[in-house]
Amino acid sequence: MPRPMTITEKILAAHAGLDEVTPGQLVECDLDLVLANDVTAPIAIKEFRKVGIDSVWDPDKIALVPDHYTPNKDIKSAEQAKLMRDFAHEQKISHYYEIGCMGVEHALLPEQGVVGPGDAIIGADSHTCTYGALGAFATGVGSTDAAAGMATGKAWFKVPASIKFNIEGELGPWVSGKDLILHVIGMIGVDGALYQSMEFTGSTISGLGMDDRMTICNMAIEAGGKSGIIAVDDTTRAYLEGRAERPWTEYYSDPEAEYVAVFEIDAADIKPTVAFPHLPSNTKAAEDSRDVWIDQVVIGSCTNGRLEDLRIAASVLKGRTVYEGMRLIIIPATQQIYRDAMHEGLFDIFLDAGAAVSTPTCGPCLGGHMGILAAGERAVATTNRNFVGRMGDPTSEVYLSSPAVAAATAIAGHIALPDDLV
Amino acid sequence: MKFQGTAHKYGRDIDTDVIIPARYLNTSVPEELAKHCMEDLDAGFIGKIEFGDILVAEENFGCGSSREHAPISIKAAGISVIIAKSFARIFYRNAINTGLPIMEAPDAVDGISNGDEVEVDADAGIIINKTTGQTFRAQPFPPFIKEIIEKGGLIERVKETVGGR
Ligand code: SF4
Repeated sequence: MPRPMTITEKILAAHAGLDEVTPGQLVECDLDLVLANDVTAPIAIKEFRKVGIDSVWDPDKIALVPDHYTPNKDIKSAEQAKLMRDFAHEQKISHYYEIGCMGVEHALLPEQGVVGPGDAIIGADSHTCTYGALGAFATGVGSTDAAAGMATGKAWFKVPASIKFNIEGELGPWVSGKDLILHVIGMIGVDGALYQSMEFTGSTISGLGMDDRMTICNMAIEAGGKSGIIAVDDTTRAYLEGRAERPWTEYYSDPEAEYVAVFEIDAADIKPTVAFPHLPSNTKAAEDSRDVWIDQVVIGSCTNGRLEDLRIAASVLKGRTVYEGMRLIIIPATQQIYRDAMHEGLFDIFLDAGAAVSTPTCGPCLGGHMGILAAGERAVATTNRNFVGRMGDPTSEVYLSSPAVAAATAIAGHIALPDDLV
Repeated sequence: MKFQGTAHKYGRDIDTDVIIPARYLNTSVPEELAKHCMEDLDAGFIGKIEFGDILVAEENFGCGSSREHAPISIKAAGISVIIAKSFARIFYRNAINTGLPIMEAPDAVDGISNGDEVEVDADAGIIINKTTGQTFRAQPFPPFIKEIIEKGGLIERVKETVGGR
């Protein structure tokens, strides 16, 4: 009998060809997918060329997504995107997404059924941990790791210890997965889960849809985590139905599995939360933040640019118009989300409210383009990072929130809750 | 590997967005990236770095994005080694994989002030503060990681396994 293990340990053991693994152990794992984007792929490709082989390990198990500076913002980024495109064509990479079918990678790959339960995935993007929401082990790495993965189909990992966050009860009105994860990061800090896997369990998690679950796992990295993970259930299976490209394997943590820490959280204690500059852990209840005046609101990104997020934003914006001088930028994360939102009539609500609706892109989330802040300006964003200079000038400020609070803020002009609006 | 240089000390949670802001990520040329290294945290950084100088920081150095542009820009700026209380995990991997020496040494961080002259023997894991005369030990690397460092980075190791395929 192998030792009792967590989901994460079981996935790593299976991919390393071992019966069991122990936290701290260094293992080499076979990968199901290697991901890179227009910022990280150029360096990965350069490193790959140094290996001295002509072709990648498996052109069907590499995903290349031009989402950060695309549609190309300037000549330099056009060159980066071209380098990746040429490589994708040369290597016959099947999961390459050109403008027109592209989306923000961590919304796109789950939507397209490219990632699934039980997978071991590395991505040259820190928010690769998003796929933990589907019961996969997925972690962010750098370009050189991605290059090695593209060449060999393998990566080395230190088996992470796991922390359990058991959340029970019903979330209050206007409280979402985003508030839950901001609450957790505020509680444990930006290195509170350093090198560890964050496993989310409990009735609150079971009650959430996939979009909220992805928001939660997406921000595991913001607590320093190596990965976030949620066990597969009927909600996951329903999502995968007709979508998953490959058969999947479901793993569950053994009841006696070891956790370095277990946090019991009452869902009723979680309030609509805002992370103040300049750390995602710098959290405050939205109701105590009404004195912060805002110049721009961004609703989008791999954290909160999915259909459910846009529906919530629309429910707040419906029949209202943005505060005078407010810039509201809404960015559906994929073409499919864009189309669905359009068909549901959400675009009319957004446009009537005075919002700009953009084609899918990371855009302002990383301070790339499509909504950069001037010196001293403040934004509320449904994104995941509020570091110094993240969205523009180093003296600008980013406040992180849920789509509901972001939409209410766009109407009120200052940080607000939907129930504040008349 | 032995290094000697002036210590430049910073606080905790130094994130990759201040190490190299995303507005410069439309290139991956090391010299271009070096020009903007740490600019949002300390606009004078590049001006005061002499080749071989040492970066010292508190906990969680390099948190945030996976951009390898961060260790690349630090190395190209002339920094020889980073000594921190702890590193964010992707930055840790990236530094090892790209051959930027890093050391986890909490005592050394507490015992080094901005501007001190520091000598480092990375192989032996020894850090000497020449200004105060104190000696510190860094956490040793696990053998597997040591192997990557000794080979000169991850790609060199991969070459041995798949080279000539
Ligand atoms: S939306 Fe933001 S956090 Fe997500 S992948 Fe793009 S830049 Fe990174």
